[in-house]
Amino acid sequence: MTNALEIEGLTKTYGDGFKALKGIDLNVREGDFFALLGPNGAGKSTTLGVVCSLVNKTAGRVRVFGHDIDTDLVKAKLNLGVVPQEFNFNQFEKVFDIVVTQAGYYGIPLAKASVSAEKYLRQLGLWEKRDSPARMLSGGMKRRLMIARALVHEPKLLILDEPTAGVDIELRRSMWTFLEDINRQGTTIILTTHYLEEAEALCRNIAIIDRGQIVKHTSKRDLLQQLSVETFVLDTEKDLPEAPTLEGVQCRLNGDGALEVEVEKGQGLNAVFAQLDALGIKVVSMRTKANRLEELFLRLVEENAA
Amino acid sequence: MTFNALWVAFSTIVIREVRRFTRIWPQTLLPPVVTMTLYFIIFGNLIGSRIGEMGGLTYMQFIVPGLIMMSVITNSYSNVVSSFFSMKFQRSIEELLVSPVPNWVILAGWVVGGMARGLSIGVIVTIVSLVFTHLTIHNLPMIVVTVVLTSALFSVGGFINAMLATKFDDISIVPTFVLTPLTYLGGVFYSIDLLPDFWQGVSMANPILYMVNGFRYGILGVSDVNPFVSLGMILAFIIVLSAVALRLLKRGKGIRH
Repeated sequence: MTNALEIEGLTKTYGDGFKALKGIDLNVREGDFFALLGPNGAGKSTTLGVVCSLVNKTAGRVRVFGHDIDTDLVKAKLNLGVVPQEFNFNQFEKVFDIVVTQAGYYGIPLAKASVSAEKYLRQLGLWEKRDSPARMLSGGMKRRLMIARALVHEPKLLILDEPTAGVDIELRRSMWTFLEDINRQGTTIILTTHYLEEAEALCRNIAIIDRGQIVKHTSKRDLLQQLSVETFVLDTEKDLPEAPTLEGVQCRLNGDGALEVEVEKGQGLNAVFAQLDALGIKVVSMRTKANRLEELFLRLVEENAA
Repeated sequence: MTFNALWVAFSTIVIREVRRFTRIWPQTLLPPVVTMTLYFIIFGNLIGSRIGEMGGLTYMQFIVPGLIMMSVITNSYSNVVSSFFSMKFQRSIEELLVSPVPNWVILAGWVVGGMARGLSIGVIVTIVSLVFTHLTIHNLPMIVVTVVLTSALFSVGGFINAMLATKFDDISIVPTFVLTPLTYLGGVFYSIDLLPDFWQGVSMANPILYMVNGFRYGILGVSDVNPFVSLGMILAFIIVLSAVALRLLKRGKGIRH
């Protein structure tokens, strides 16, 4: 299987001397659903900006489906669809015009572009708004408009930079479903996100970038297997004056008075519940403190900072 | 991209530009008509009748070609500079940057968009001028070639201005402090024969003088300079400025980080 994206030794130094990327190597396989994660200012958007020709690289090579952006830029771009972090369409243009105009930039004639625009505007629930100026759309609709615009030329690789930022949970879930559908149909997807549950729910492979360097590049499964401790939050029937002492696990009370228990991988929760039961503490509900990826992400970033 | 795909991309940019300036016609098409009508009334009729003849023509007849050319120049320039800078400002220029449209097609699309507005205004102002005076056609090809090339030249100029501009102030500096003085001193309202020798020499360094006179020659058969020298100069400027614009696009000046 070919790679949808290959990045070798990518560096970017801005005019003020700031080194945003310090030699990035990254491969994304065709058909993958890939997450590029990292804290603010880590280099995620710069990396994707270089791939999309919005940022001039300082050094390194980038290939999109084998097409080098230095020598074969047109073919590289024909395979790419981009959903940026910020709204970047003309707010005064109509929804339908924005999508059809983008198709025109890819050389798609109006008749064919109109069919494709209708298809994606319908799928993304924007068809009824096709004659509205873009500024009249809600934030979630504007994000979906950018997805429709990015897909109108049927790219093989879709890049989404924070696609669900500021989107309510219901809409986010429907966008996840849409993205999973087009990924199943063969579109390779790369996304950056601050919602790590999004990456955990959607992506098969993950790279973590920090301070311009890739600190982890592996499958989500391998990554999660590295997580040795998981924290559970237990809501008890009665407020506890202090955290009980439990054998084999660390536990403490959090700010809400709930009990937080750290359990090592493979340890199981039966012993914890047995001890709590013996102490007369009744647990009424339980949840994980943070999603697993988030814990791992924080640890990797902290290690890199050390 | 194939020729057909390039043509679709080019026409997409042009159509978007035409759609833009026709959508906001009270800001783009109406003001020049009002301004030029005032010029015709005040300078042509009221003051012109006291000035008498210039170059063997009534003053109104003399200034009409210059005023048409002035409106073509300012509108071609301002269409491109405001449109392209707005796209930079709103970041919708990224729609083009991520697409496979070559730089020369981007430039050509904007230039033709600017020409569409500049020439539309030129036609409207010409029609308005017929209310006040009658125009002869001395050399139609010279009229068409001069006005089309001049419109193209100032569209390219507007494009460069927009590329280099970092704030809205920057897109009004050149029109206010360069374009307007050069246009007013470019023989729109007077023949340079009226000037002392020194200022005639200075005027010959003003490129707009050649364009106004080339156009005036096409309409009236009267010119302060050789009209074919005018065409040569306009062409040379177009080539040089287009090369500069393409260079800026390749570097991504102000549009790529």
